[in-house]
Amino acid sequence: MKKKMGIGKLLLYAVLITYAVITMIPFLWALSSSFKTLEEIVSGTMSFIPKKFTLDNYKQIFVEQELFPRWLLNSVVVAGTVTVLNLLFNSMAGYALARLQFPGRKPLFLIILAVLMIPAQVTMIPNYLILKQLGWLNSYQGMIVPTMVNATFIFMMRQFFINFPKELEEAAELDGLGRLGIFFRIVLPLARPALAAQAIFVFMGSWNDFMRPLIILSDPQLFTLPLGLNSFKGQYISYWNYIMAASMVFTMPVLVIYAFFNRYFIKGISFTGGK
Amino acid sequence: MKRMSTKRMWREAGASYLFLSPTLFVLLLFIIGPILFAIFLAFHKVQLLGTTSFEFVGLDNFKRMADDTRAKIALWNTLKYVVIVVPCQTILALVLAATLNAGLKGQKFFRIVYFLPTLTSSAVLTLIFMWMYNQNGLINHVLKAVGLPTYNWIGDPDVALNAIMIMNIWATAPYFMVIYLAALQDIPDSLYEAAELDGANAWQKFWHITVPYLRPVTSFVVVMGLIGTFQLFDQSYIFSGGSGGPNNSTLTVVLLIYQYAFKTLGTMGYAAALAFALAILIFIVTLLQRKLSKEESLY
Repeated sequence: MKKKMGIGKLLLYAVLITYAVITMIPFLWALSSSFKTLEEIVSGTMSFIPKKFTLDNYKQIFVEQELFPRWLLNSVVVAGTVTVLNLLFNSMAGYALARLQFPGRKPLFLIILAVLMIPAQVTMIPNYLILKQLGWLNSYQGMIVPTMVNATFIFMMRQFFINFPKELEEAAELDGLGRLGIFFRIVLPLARPALAAQAIFVFMGSWNDFMRPLIILSDPQLFTLPLGLNSFKGQYISYWNYIMAASMVFTMPVLVIYAFFNRYFIKGISFTGGK
Repeated sequence: MKRMSTKRMWREAGASYLFLSPTLFVLLLFIIGPILFAIFLAFHKVQLLGTTSFEFVGLDNFKRMADDTRAKIALWNTLKYVVIVVPCQTILALVLAATLNAGLKGQKFFRIVYFLPTLTSSAVLTLIFMWMYNQNGLINHVLKAVGLPTYNWIGDPDVALNAIMIMNIWATAPYFMVIYLAALQDIPDSLYEAAELDGANAWQKFWHITVPYLRPVTSFVVVMGLIGTFQLFDQSYIFSGGSGGPNNSTLTVVLLIYQYAFKTLGTMGYAAALAFALAILIFIVTLLQRKLSKEESLY
């Protein structure tokens, strides 16, 4: 019996380790390629450790490709703003739907639920025409405003606020705080765990989004990183050392955020998914 | 619940609409408005040159789908992709979650490693895989080393879509794994203990307790998987440089919609009609899945 357990465990470890290796290899290969010289890339040697370790690829993308820092900045501005606005507006909407009485509350909630199920492709074309009409193509606001609220997270915040103890709010009301005061001073600070999970997902969603910038941005100055990276590929088609270096620069910020907020990730997924 | 005074009621309603104003603004201008606009577009021919003009064409856009060879190819590719990727990523996610949940050491480490692809943008993942899929790239090199045939992953029409499938199963399974992990924590230990007393082995416990218990979560994972796979775009776009090639082998429905809307002139209305057809298809498949999984859990 005991021996059998041992074999079972060994097998499980084998599965875990094998899959970890499978997961890591593409990243390690990309990372290693980003430190290789073009000669080594072209020669097709398959070593994970660069024969001649070089930082030139990183220098190249930041110095020669003057647009690259700009793309990085665009991504930071867009994803950062979108995240802050989402946190604020989704919480406000979720709170109103969970806690406040007003005419039209139920139908509005149902509409938000229904909107969750509409695939983005349906609104993509009319959105383009509307943004064109507004003169918002090729602009930060065109990237930010349509994505500054998110039905999924309004729903999530509503669920969070429904289970929120009422007594705190009532006490604050007795102390003479209005709705806005209660919301910003009492409710929002206590919602931090839900906000953290939301922040990560909204930021990642915006940071990694490919289709929206592809459609509404045509000026390379305004490209965000995914789009920049794609145009980069076209330009440097066989310079895989540059492309991999750019990919690594693009991936780092998300990994750093992940390292810091790891536990919120898992919580956030079970928030948005499981239940 | 106690009655509120009229004044208070008005004040609360005012606060509510203030709180909801950004949401209502976006909802009306960028979601509900566009949905209605999309219906309008689907029945019109749209000219974008200069000032945008619309010409009513009735059902022409929908009729056109029947004769559109590329639409059929795109639909076929998408269906093939959905039918293969959804079961594979679901089973892989379940197996990984069950393995991670077995109380082994280093769980935390494995969980972090597994999650890497989910964090990384589709653009980066696609580029990394294109680099590995190169004719003389890492994957062919490994295949050759273990005596397996090599492929022209990016250039061969028979292989290109499979290359995207492999990449995406690998990239998406960990996300669903985390959802399964959360659900696994809720299974009461007493169930397993009882089964152990009855002499069940690890496989029997997995098959007769874990799998049935996770059925509602599996249903959720499958629905999310269906919705996601039907909308495949980024990977095909980057993989094929926007063309859906080689020889239309990576052309998906969404990529085709994109091409008709933004790359060819005068077909924006047709693209809107295609987008509607896709939405309805996703809706029907999702409903079917829910119906099937409900019947299953009834037996």
